[in-house]
Amino acid sequence: MIWAYLYSIVFYASCGVTVVATLLMISRHNAVHALLYLIVSSLSLAIIFYLLGAAFAAALEVIVYAGAVMILFVFVVMMLNQGQRSAALEAAWLPARGWIIPSILAFILLTLLLLGMNSEHPLQPYGVHGVAVKDVGIALFGPYVLVVELASFLLLSGLIGAFHIARKMPSPMDQNTLDEAGNG
Amino acid sequence: MDPLVNSLLNVVLILLCVVFGAALLTWLERRLLGIWQDRYGPNRVGPFGTLQIVADMIKLLMKQDWVPPFADRLVFIVAPAFAMFVVVAAFAVIPMAPGVGIVDLNIGLLFFLAMTSLGVYAVMFGAYASDNKYAMLGGLRAAAQMVSYEVFMGLSLMGVVMLAGTFNLRELVLAQVDGWFIGPQIIGFFIFFMAGIAESHRTPFDLPEAEHELTAGFHTEYSGMKFAMFFIGEYVSVLMSAAMITVLFFGGWLGPHWLPPLAWFLLKTITLVLLMILIRGSLPRPRYDQLMAFGWKFMLPLSLLNLVITGALILI
Amino acid sequence: MQQKTGLVHRGYIVWDYFYSNIVTLVKVASHTFTKADTVEYPEQMPYLAPRFRGRIVLTRDPTGEERCVACNLCASACPTDCISLQKTEDESGRWSAEYFRINFSRCVFCGLCEEACPTYAIQLTQDFELAEYDRQSLVYEKQHLLIDGPGKHPDYNFYEMCGKAVSGRAKGAGSQEAQPVNIKSLLP
Ligand code: SF4
Ligand code: SF4
Repeated sequence: MIWAYLYSIVFYASCGVTVVATLLMISRHNAVHALLYLIVSSLSLAIIFYLLGAAFAAALEVIVYAGAVMILFVFVVMMLNQGQRSAALEAAWLPARGWIIPSILAFILLTLLLLGMNSEHPLQPYGVHGVAVKDVGIALFGPYVLVVELASFLLLSGLIGAFHIARKMPSPMDQNTLDEAGNG
Repeated sequence: MDPLVNSLLNVVLILLCVVFGAALLTWLERRLLGIWQDRYGPNRVGPFGTLQIVADMIKLLMKQDWVPPFADRLVFIVAPAFAMFVVVAAFAVIPMAPGVGIVDLNIGLLFFLAMTSLGVYAVMFGAYASDNKYAMLGGLRAAAQMVSYEVFMGLSLMGVVMLAGTFNLRELVLAQVDGWFIGPQIIGFFIFFMAGIAESHRTPFDLPEAEHELTAGFHTEYSGMKFAMFFIGEYVSVLMSAAMITVLFFGGWLGPHWLPPLAWFLLKTITLVLLMILIRGSLPRPRYDQLMAFGWKFMLPLSLLNLVITGALILI
Repeated sequence: MQQKTGLVHRGYIVWDYFYSNIVTLVKVASHTFTKADTVEYPEQMPYLAPRFRGRIVLTRDPTGEERCVACNLCASACPTDCISLQKTEDESGRWSAEYFRINFSRCVFCGLCEEACPTYAIQLTQDFELAEYDRQSLVYEKQHLLIDGPGKHPDYNFYEMCGKAVSGRAKGAGSQEAQPVNIKSLLP
């Protein structure tokens, strides 16, 4: 019985963390801090997925969203280097207590993670059965095959577009060296 | 024994061993690099210099734990802790022997991939928070490198997953009773090995912290224990890559019965660690564009090829 | 010549790349069995060449007198300006240094001072163990620099060949001196 209670506690707590982190993400002045909250929010979202039995989706949420997409965001923000001035501004906006909340959130998440990883009593929801990787695969290549193919077309066109943009224009210099190599 | 106490003991013991092992690895690496360069390496403090790690630890603890005034304080402090957390958490899913291992997740392999993909945040946020040009360049390099090497790190493992038909690492090991996956998945092994080195950014893929051009890369501004976190985190991730390769390709704890399973696991892991140190001691660091080209133009097609061939062979 | 851009050529490049790296790995690994070149210093003294340039000393004549004549040539030759001295003259006519100071925290042990010295007074020795806890202790005064012997040139005595009247001895009376030339005379 205690595990059922614990399950509810974990579930609602991670829901709370998701909501709060997302709100904070929106309200931050500093882009990097906002991204930090976005990551926290997607991590707690992954825990919710896990609790609902969709372990595969949870893992993908972390690998794809937190692990790849968000990194590109951070990449861009870092490239835009906001510099000393905006950091000073930000320091004025964000007093020292600003770091208390994220650490509390992270602590809650950590606790949840540890609880969720307890293999003696896996936190399975009542009345919902887990979705195995195989089910996901069968669903993707069964009823949803058209959607998958459409998505892959979309990605392919994106890929070709990126390839075209990043194409190396042969400069006159390159042409010369090529000719020399050809003649030599 | 009470199962809760048992599992707690398991957790504490394994994590302690991992962190201690990583610390010892710093000594081992220096000794081995010394031997391969016809030197001795640290051999003064304690027997064979093993207490060098204690000396280093004391030194790092005594150092000023400096946070640059221009740094983003919160992020600057969190980043090294996160670096440590991620690699240690990834260790949680590794099955070392029957009954030894922290958790037995159904999606263990995916959990491992998730944790390694989060590892890049520590580097990037550390770099961003330092507000330093070298750190910034190192962080950008780390981001691009780790994102691209993650792609085929995941892909290279799918062959193993197809052969075993599971993401559970314990079952993956048991699926190798009839033959280790290194045979059919030699390409996958090669790719995963390279990607593992790249993920723990060690030479020859240590461009994020290339000393010769970027001082120390993303941890230029770090000192004292915060630096030590990054440093030990790197060694934990070396151990983790080696342990993961053992589990996935070398049959984990499986082996003839004249050694206990845990010993087999450790033996294989240590051999792989030695190989990684040898690679660090001998190969040059490529240029950054060469690194990217190697990743996208060679490793990615190779891993896709591996995937297709494995799939085809399983089907027929 | 045909341009090599075919798949075969690329394959060859990739093979070459891996082959050379594997050769490197094997070669480095084979050093497991070679002997270390390290000299374990405090227990085992490294070989020091006769002309090794270490701690600087001021030597004395075979007669036991200080050789240094305070000419300042060493100080002006020194690239790091770490020698400082002051000339004084005693009643017998000999010149010597009133104080002579070398700051070893600046000295680079280049040996230019030894080359500049006309009297072989300043010499570099094979002692290199100069470490100190206090930087100020690296400033050596004359009493620290002066040794009792003649150093590398045991028989040399500047005042026996310099053509200067000292200790009541006239010019040209030294054991290795010729009589001064009478410049007013036309005789050979
Ligand atoms: S050895 Fe060179 S640096 Fe040292 S005192 Fe002599 S001239 Fe100066
Ligand atoms: S040590 Fe030699 S060069 Fe230096 S002042 Fe004395 S005589 Fe002159």
